[in-house]
Amino acid sequence: MLRNRRTEIITALVFIAPFLAIYLWLFIWPTAQMIELSFQKAPLIGTGKWVGFDNYIRMFKDATFRIAVKNTAYFVLLTVVPGTVVALAIALMVSRLRGRLQSLILAAFFLPYVLPVTVVYVIWDWMTNVQFGMVQGLITLIAGEPVNIWRTVDWFMPGVAVLTIWWTNGFSILLFLAGLRNIPAELYEAAQLDGATRRQMFFRITFPLLWPVTVLCLTIQLILQLKIFDQVYLFAQGGQTRATMVLVQYIYEQAFQKNAGGYSATIALALFVIVLVFSLLQFQVLRVRRPE
Amino acid sequence: MSGISPPARRFDLGSALLTLLTIIAALIWFFPVYWGIVTSLRYDDQTVKDFALIPMDPTLKNYIFDIENSNLPIWYLNSTIVSVGVTFLVVFMGATTGFAISQLNFPGRKALWWMILASFMVPVSALIVNHFIIIADMKLLNTHIGIILPMLIAPVTVIVYKQFFDGLPKEFREAAVMDGAKEYQLFFRVFLPMNWGVTTALAIITFIGAWNSFLWPFLAAQDEMMMTVTVGITAVQDTFGVAYGRVLAGAVLAGLPVATAYLLFQRRVTQAITLSAGIKG
Repeated sequence: MLRNRRTEIITALVFIAPFLAIYLWLFIWPTAQMIELSFQKAPLIGTGKWVGFDNYIRMFKDATFRIAVKNTAYFVLLTVVPGTVVALAIALMVSRLRGRLQSLILAAFFLPYVLPVTVVYVIWDWMTNVQFGMVQGLITLIAGEPVNIWRTVDWFMPGVAVLTIWWTNGFSILLFLAGLRNIPAELYEAAQLDGATRRQMFFRITFPLLWPVTVLCLTIQLILQLKIFDQVYLFAQGGQTRATMVLVQYIYEQAFQKNAGGYSATIALALFVIVLVFSLLQFQVLRVRRPE
Repeated sequence: MSGISPPARRFDLGSALLTLLTIIAALIWFFPVYWGIVTSLRYDDQTVKDFALIPMDPTLKNYIFDIENSNLPIWYLNSTIVSVGVTFLVVFMGATTGFAISQLNFPGRKALWWMILASFMVPVSALIVNHFIIIADMKLLNTHIGIILPMLIAPVTVIVYKQFFDGLPKEFREAAVMDGAKEYQLFFRVFLPMNWGVTTALAIITFIGAWNSFLWPFLAAQDEMMMTVTVGITAVQDTFGVAYGRVLAGAVLAGLPVATAYLLFQRRVTQAITLSAGIKG
C-alpha cells in the first residue's frame, strides 16, 4: 500500500508537470515581472531604472489614461446590459422553435461568434462603407446623412458596441437556452392549469428561474468587454486613435509604439486590478453555482 | 434541443407571427455574413455597382487572386500549425491535470486547484507586454513555438475535466487499481476514452479560439511569413486598398475552417460553452 501511495504521487506530479511548468513560466512569472516593471523607467526590451511610484503618479495625471478608462467604461456600458437583453430575447425566440428549424435559426444567430475578429472587422467595414455600405440607409435615417462611423468620434464606440454584440452574443444565447431547458415543463403546465397568462408565466416562472444565468452572462460579459482591444484597434487604424483609446490599446501603444515598457506595465497593472475586482464579484457568483 | 419552452400550444396566429418574426430576425442577423460572401463572389468593378441580393454572375476570381498574390497559403499553414499545436497541448495538459487533481492524492493538490480557480481573475491581455519580453528573450518571436506558448494558459479546460472526472464514482478507480492497473494506464485506457465527448467538445472550442486569436499572434509574428491568417487578412487589406471583393474573399477563407468546424459539430460547441460556463447543458 505504501508503494502504491508513492507511485500515485509520482504519477500525479508527472501528470501536472507540463501544466504547472507553463503556468509558472507564462502566468505567475510575467505577473510578478509586470509588477516589478511598473516601478521602473524601462524600454520594452532592455534594463530599466527603478523610479518608485513615478509611473503611478504619471498615470493618475495622464489625460489619455483617463480617456482610456472612460472609453472602456463607456464601451462596457454600451455592450454588457444591452447585449444580455438582446441575447435573452433571441434565446426566448429560438427556444419556442423545434427540430431542424430551431437548429437552423440558432446557427444563424450563433455563427458570428465563431468568426475571427478580423473577419468581423472586414465584413462590417464593408457594411458601413460611407458610399456603398448596406447599413448607411439606416444611418441616414438616424443622422439625416451617411456617416463615416469609424472616423466620427461620437459614432465610433456605439458602432463598435453594436458589432461586438452581434459578434459575441452567441455565447450568452447558448447559456440562456441551456438555462431555459433546465426549467421543468411541469411548472408551465401547472401555471397554465391555473389560468396564468403568457406574461405572468414569463415574469413569475421564466425570469426568476433564469436569473442566475442572467447574472452569469452579465459578469462574463463584463469581464470580457473590459479587455476590449481588437475591434477598437482595427477600426481606429489609420485614424485619430487618442479620442477612442481603450485600456488594452493604451498598454499596446505605450509598450510597442512608444517603447515605454515600464509605464505600459503600470497601465497593465491598473487593468489587472480593475478586472480582479470585477472577477471577485464573478467568483462569488460562480461559487454559488459551482461548489468545490 | 427540445423541451425548452412551455408545453406545445394549439396553432394560433400569435404564435405563427412570432415564428415569422424570429425567422426575419435571424435573416437580418445573418445578413452581414451573407453579404460579405456575396460581395466576395463579384467581379471587382461590380462590387460597388451591383447590389443584387443574389449574385447573378458569381466568380471565384477574387479567391484565385488572393491565393496567388498574397501570402494567404503560408498564413493558412501557420494558422493550422499554431491552432493544432495549441489544441493538442491545451487539451492534453487539461486532461492530465484535471485527472490528477480529481483522482490522485498528492501534496499541494488543494493549493493547485485554488490557484487554477484564482487564475480566472487574471486578464491575460494585461500580460502581453511581459509575454513579449519573455518570448523575445528566448529568441522565439516570429516562430510557431513562440506564438503557441502564451496561448497555452487555459485554466477552464482543467476545471471542466476535473469536474467531469469528479462525477465518476470513486470505486471505479479503486477497483481498477486493485486489479493491478497503473494510474497512467487507468487514465489512458479508462478515463480518457470514457469522456471522448467532452474531449472533442473542448478540442473544437480550443481550436476555434486559437484560430481566432488576434492580439498575441499579431504581436509575436511581425514577419509576414510567420503571420496567422487571422492577422494576415488585415495585411491583405493594406495592400489591396479598397478592393472589397478581394478583401472579403480573404476574410471568407480565414473564417471558413472555424465556421465549418462549428456547423459540423454544433452540438459539441454548445456543450463546450455551457460546460465552461459551469452550466449543466
